[in-house]
Amino acid sequence: MSEPIIRMNNIEKHFGSVIALAGVTVEVFPGECHCLLGDNGAGKSTFIKTMSGVHKPTKGEILFEGKPMEFADPRDAIEAGIATVHQHLAMIPMMSVSRNFFMGNEPLKTRLGIPFFDREYADRVTMEEMRKMGINLRGPDQAVGTLSGGERQTVAIARAVHFGAKVLILDEPTSALGVRQTSNVLATIDKVRKQGVGVVFISHNVRHALAVGDRFTVLNRGKTFGTAKRGEITPEELQDLMAGGQELATLEGSLGGTV
Amino acid sequence: MSAATQGADKDERIKEISRFRQALIRPELGGIVGTVAVFTFFLLTAFDSGMFNAQGVMNWSVVSAQFMIIAVGACLLMIAGEFDLSVGSMIGFAGMMIAIFSVTLAWPVWLAIMITFVLCVFIGAINGFIVIRTGLPSFIVTLAFLFILRGFTIFFPQVLERKTIIGGIKDAAEGDWLAPFFGGKVGGPIFEWMGNVGLIETFSRGTRAGQPVVDGIPMLIVWAIGLVIFGHILLTRTRFGNWIFAAGGDAEAARNSGVPVNRVKVLMFMFTAFCATVFATCQVMEFGSAGADRGLLKEFEAIIAVVIGGALLTGGYGSVIGAALGALIFGVVQQGLFFAGVESSLFRVFLGLILLGAVILNTYIRRLITGER
Repeated sequence: MSEPIIRMNNIEKHFGSVIALAGVTVEVFPGECHCLLGDNGAGKSTFIKTMSGVHKPTKGEILFEGKPMEFADPRDAIEAGIATVHQHLAMIPMMSVSRNFFMGNEPLKTRLGIPFFDREYADRVTMEEMRKMGINLRGPDQAVGTLSGGERQTVAIARAVHFGAKVLILDEPTSALGVRQTSNVLATIDKVRKQGVGVVFISHNVRHALAVGDRFTVLNRGKTFGTAKRGEITPEELQDLMAGGQELATLEGSLGGTV
Repeated sequence: MSAATQGADKDERIKEISRFRQALIRPELGGIVGTVAVFTFFLLTAFDSGMFNAQGVMNWSVVSAQFMIIAVGACLLMIAGEFDLSVGSMIGFAGMMIAIFSVTLAWPVWLAIMITFVLCVFIGAINGFIVIRTGLPSFIVTLAFLFILRGFTIFFPQVLERKTIIGGIKDAAEGDWLAPFFGGKVGGPIFEWMGNVGLIETFSRGTRAGQPVVDGIPMLIVWAIGLVIFGHILLTRTRFGNWIFAAGGDAEAARNSGVPVNRVKVLMFMFTAFCATVFATCQVMEFGSAGADRGLLKEFEAIIAVVIGGALLTGGYGSVIGAALGALIFGVVQQGLFFAGVESSLFRVFLGLILLGAVILNTYIRRLITGER
């Protein structure tokens, strides 16, 4: 395999006396979907916040394209090409899709020395990008509020990729979605991966992870048990690792493997 | 719209929406409907009252233009998610400052106007900074400034001149180069020609016999049209306009996308103050005096015009053209009731009713846009 885009080496993060991360190593390669699994409180959020520049690691190093990196704030990480799509999206419901798509990155054209917002370009690109992602808009002026949750996630993902994200961190993108919408988002992840972007997919749903993941890292109480490739691990094993082993095994029988 | 009709692979789940509903999702709709309704009403009831001859048209145009000037500022600020209740007091304050500088202190009028603009826009910026820094609702912060500015507007002339109206600005402005930009008129020769060929009436007696009854378009109207065009282009055609929508739609989401929300909001407070000062300067130059009670209740009239124009009180949605139409409705009705011989106190009743109607319509439109149920 080629060189990883980002390598988080033995990352530790302490909040006062609490050890949130106790030496986590994760690599993300271009064009792969790396699933980060873990139960609530396992340290997933802390880990991705460290990756996206919100937190500074207490110990360990971040290698971005082979070079050691220190992100002073999220802006640095975004500049470098690490984009995060949050559960609570950076979308404004009353604004049109194209205005949302280019929010903060508006294309300009100059007429009579005055810089104007190039709406034709914005509309065209938005329609193109949305069609690539399989969303048919009524028009670029359709308000984001009329889109479903899954479609909004897709707009946010398409936007991040369009503006040069090399690593895309998706923080539980499917946790609040229905079946149909989830499959849309998973399909989007697949499309983005094929464009050579490294995707970090955070979830506690093993099925969703297995549907698109190339590699799986399970976090448990701030530690990892290593990374497994697709096909090397069964859903049951992943589930057990996330839950920390025993308790779920006893439940499993009565629930009939539905978790 | 064109892309939707040509899209070969259409989504079967997207229902075709009718042209009517599509038209309804324009913020200007309420304003357009209202304007048509108001003009129809007065054409039918007050056509021969003189409301639609040259003088009558000029009469309600000037009143509408006054509303428009402050409505543009209030509109952009409301779309950016904030209110300014100090607009009316700012009008009184700015007028009084010009009077004090030019009459009491005998500065040249151009200097008085410029210093007043700088001062008022600066106060607008203070409004904005307090709102941004404290996170308090702009409603409360600008309510405080409503009283602070009004207080000073009464206090200064009392202390300096022992009266609450300062006159004599017309004499001071004689020959000034900047004053005509606010108090002058344009298009004089055109109106003279129209009078000569009989398109508009001329005075038949007195010192102005032979001159047209309307001798030019006041600069107030020119300012109003200029500000509406500027505001509309700024909002819909520029990067900054997108930021205004974003700041009012969801400040947090806008910040996450790199929009300088604080800067946008402070600039909009400054622009609102600028519009109020334009209003005040035109008024002072026209009347030749400044009074401590000028601009009373103007902040509410501006907000009502903006809401009639389709802007949402919660921010993030609206239109400058709509606000301008709201101001036009306002002016036409206020003057029209006078022409129609209706008791003028009924104007307030009308105002309340149309405000209520507009807000209900806006809430409905908002549901249509965002797909809420």
